[in-house]
Amino acid sequence: METLPAEGLLASSWLLIALPLLGAAVLLLGGRRTDRWGHLLGAATVVASFVLAVLCTIQLAGLEERSASIDLFTFISTGELDVRAGLLYDPLSAAFVLLITGVGSLIHIYSIGYMAHDEGRRRFFAYLNLFVAAMLLLVLGNSFVALYVGWEGVGLASYLLIAFWYTRPAAATAAKKAFIKNRVGDVGLALAIFVMFSQLGTTSYEGVFGAVGTLAGGTVTALGLLLLLGACGKSGQFPLQAWLPDAMEGPTPVSALIHAATMVTAGVYLIARSAPIYDETPTARTVVLAVGAVTLLIGAIAGCAYDDIKKVLAYSTVSQIGYMFLAVGLGPAGYVAGLAHLYAHGFFKAGLFLGAGSVMHAMNDQVDMRRYGALWKKLPITFVTFGLGYLALIGFPFLSGYYTKDAIIEAAFDRGDVWGYVLGGVAVLGAGLTAFYMTRLMLMTFFGRARWEDGVHPHESPSVMTVPMIVLAVGSVVSGFVMVQLFPLSSWFEPVFGEPEEAEHVIAPLTIGLALTVVMALGIVAALLFVGRREVPVTAPVRVSPVTRAARNALYADTINESLFMRPGQWLTRALVFFDNRGVDGAVNGLAATLGGSSARLGRTQTGFVRTYALGMLGGAVLVAGALLAVTAG
Amino acid sequence: MTLTWYLVLAAILFTIGAVGVLVRRNAIVVFMCVELMLNSVNLTLVTFARATGTVDGQIMAFFVMVVAAAEVVVGLAIIMSIYRTRRSASIDDANLLKY
Amino acid sequence: MTLLAAAADTSVQLSGGETVVFWVLGPIALAGALGMVFSRNAVHSALWLVNTMLSLGVFYVVQEAPFLGAVQIIVYTGAIMILFLFVLMLVGRDSSDSVVETLRGQRVAATVLGVGFAGLVGAGIAEATQDLPVTGLAAAEGEGGNIPAISELLFTKYLLAFEVTSALLITAAVGAMILAHIEREPGTRRTQKELSRARFLTERPQTHSGPGVFARANSVATPALLPDGSLAESSFATGTEVQLPDQLPRPTGREQLGSPDAALGTTDGTPSGIPGGHHR
Repeated sequence: METLPAEGLLASSWLLIALPLLGAAVLLLGGRRTDRWGHLLGAATVVASFVLAVLCTIQLAGLEERSASIDLFTFISTGELDVRAGLLYDPLSAAFVLLITGVGSLIHIYSIGYMAHDEGRRRFFAYLNLFVAAMLLLVLGNSFVALYVGWEGVGLASYLLIAFWYTRPAAATAAKKAFIKNRVGDVGLALAIFVMFSQLGTTSYEGVFGAVGTLAGGTVTALGLLLLLGACGKSGQFPLQAWLPDAMEGPTPVSALIHAATMVTAGVYLIARSAPIYDETPTARTVVLAVGAVTLLIGAIAGCAYDDIKKVLAYSTVSQIGYMFLAVGLGPAGYVAGLAHLYAHGFFKAGLFLGAGSVMHAMNDQVDMRRYGALWKKLPITFVTFGLGYLALIGFPFLSGYYTKDAIIEAAFDRGDVWGYVLGGVAVLGAGLTAFYMTRLMLMTFFGRARWEDGVHPHESPSVMTVPMIVLAVGSVVSGFVMVQLFPLSSWFEPVFGEPEEAEHVIAPLTIGLALTVVMALGIVAALLFVGRREVPVTAPVRVSPVTRAARNALYADTINESLFMRPGQWLTRALVFFDNRGVDGAVNGLAATLGGSSARLGRTQTGFVRTYALGMLGGAVLVAGALLAVTAG
Repeated sequence: MTLTWYLVLAAILFTIGAVGVLVRRNAIVVFMCVELMLNSVNLTLVTFARATGTVDGQIMAFFVMVVAAAEVVVGLAIIMSIYRTRRSASIDDANLLKY
Repeated sequence: MTLLAAAADTSVQLSGGETVVFWVLGPIALAGALGMVFSRNAVHSALWLVNTMLSLGVFYVVQEAPFLGAVQIIVYTGAIMILFLFVLMLVGRDSSDSVVETLRGQRVAATVLGVGFAGLVGAGIAEATQDLPVTGLAAAEGEGGNIPAISELLFTKYLLAFEVTSALLITAAVGAMILAHIEREPGTRRTQKELSRARFLTERPQTHSGPGVFARANSVATPALLPDGSLAESSFATGTEVQLPDQLPRPTGREQLGSPDAALGTTDGTPSGIPGGHHR
């Protein structure tokens, strides 16, 4: 597959990044003067980017070689090193661009209504635009360095947006946690780039992928693992998953855009893009698989026990991205399936988050589901859109999640060996758990008895909020069918991943589809039994089983983190402070004290008596005479 | 009996003067010990003038005497004015320049 | 000691007469020095020093420096030591050194260092000047003798030093005058005429009685006695306190008079600005 220089509209695809960036700059530098129309400008830039992206993609589809490179400018030019910055518009990046700008535009429009009463609304749109610009750079860059710039940019935007209400200590702490965990992952990515550069002399995609075969096995495995570390940090996978639920402190549109549809999928993008590297190192690929599988289960188990609606959705995101990692870890067979699930997930998870935001908006920003109940009558549109997203997520037959999860589980079983069965089984189990906790969420929120607090009058959201939700609901319904059956993604991604193989199916696809449906039904029934039939207590029960307690603590992820890293770090800090105070300061102060003491003692020789001084003079004269004699005699 | 004996006598007189400065407390007696030291040096100078056969040594001794005279004048005037304010002629009482 | 014949120009030994003079006056000079250092009374110290200086003067004469010897006796002994005695009378008689040494280890250290210094320097000199030739000044002086030789050098080679030392002498004299001056408020010193007038206005214009003369005291501070044994007030000397014969000598020293720092007075200031007030 050849990458040709872009012509026509594709050559100005840098505008995709520049427009939101310009929006962010204007809104941030303009300050309060832009408050009145800031939100409109913010939404307009992203919508414009979306329109441009659609046009560019259409042009791309018409190209014979569906891959175009846009050269921008020289980044670094010193001596032998000549790094040019440029963009790569190929099917993979085009798909991501459409997802980012499309879902982004909807969420920008939603935010106009959601943040209508917030006085920081202009700042919010500025940060959102910044995020969109950085994310687009991430997916459009033609080298790992360009990706890294975007990577850092989205990390920054995520931090700024999680702590948007910065006066709240919980928000500030969550943002710090997110950023630091991201940072741990970023170290991996940075080291990978260093390795690439030192071994291959280049970080551009074509340079690296072309030469990756020349590297030693150990180096390639190291590269794969380091890139995985970076992806885990950004996508909230085990062991760096604990920041994602805490990131729900940010406004709900942020959770929808960043922590559901786009930023957390950057890790999947990275691994998919680095497919040629993983082709060379089966070891690293297996680790990806393991990470995905473990995270899948962790997210699903934890999601069963939380009462905070956004946290349940957050753990659901963690779990679904685990699915995607599982898929891309399966090798060429799984790439397309994983990416398809990514796009479907983008639609329905964003829709679910926007729905949750609508519910919170109606319930005076209450997030505790134990305070919801019987909302389906009061919030009809929200109920319908949320319900469609819910059905898509749990894999209801013929909605989007069904097709995409099916594809992943198929690919898992197609591995053939015992691991294929294990992974497939894990995925199916995850699907069952997903059905359970999502049904629990639906029951607690929309059905049952109304357990509202005093003074709460639920009302439907304005149309500026409900229209994007409707659009996303439509997407959740049809996107699976479109992507897998109608316009197969496998052929769209052919320039990137190669010809789609027709694998031998170990288990017939129909069997898998049936199994999935059965498991899903089991999950729904379990939820109805445990949650739906009994009265939902308003305060969470204290005496619960150990499993529930573990799930409530997110499987003790934070506890382990604290004891493994935080406490030793604190002890080290305290030891250093102690050493600094006693040792370093003690040495300095001790020196000063010694000087002072010795000077005081020496000072006592100044008795003030003339005769003492005369004695000293005579003593000195004796010494001089003695020395003279010694010198002349000797 | 050589000229050495004069020099040795001068050295001993010098030492006695030095010890006197250290031991006596009356300021004027201390001053007199200093005068003794100067005299011993004069003796040395005169002896060496004789030994080297030049008169320069005597001239130096002469100048020493003149300067000693001036010094005594001023020193005694100082001691007197100190005595007037402090009512004491002991050098141990002038000990304010201490730590 | 061996006695040699008349000294040749480059001989090392000295003449017999000179030897006798040295060995007689040398110990006397030493005794004078030791006496000066160790005597209790300050005036006695001064007199011992006079003794030493006279001996040294004779030494100068014996060593072919007659001018210097004369200057030593006339100027040094006759003027400088007398000046010392004057000041002693004014100042130093009151405080006699107590036997107890106030600084710890001062005497021991002084003795040790003194002996060490004398030993070192003496031994060094003795070793260095063992063969010092007695060149004598006959050749240097020529026909005129000692004084023309001295003056020739003094007014040619050492002219600048001569002029400078003369300036030094003048400065010293002026400085001493300033230091010893007592500033009285203008108008407080009454002239002779005023004193006389005031005296004749009192009841007793004639001279006052002199001090008493006793077998055990002759101080000007002792008062005379009237026929009935009481003190004659007209014989009280101005400027001193009355001292009865039994009270003499006057108490001195720190215990009786107190710390000399008290004499510095307070910082309140005195009318004349002199700390401690006028000298009476």
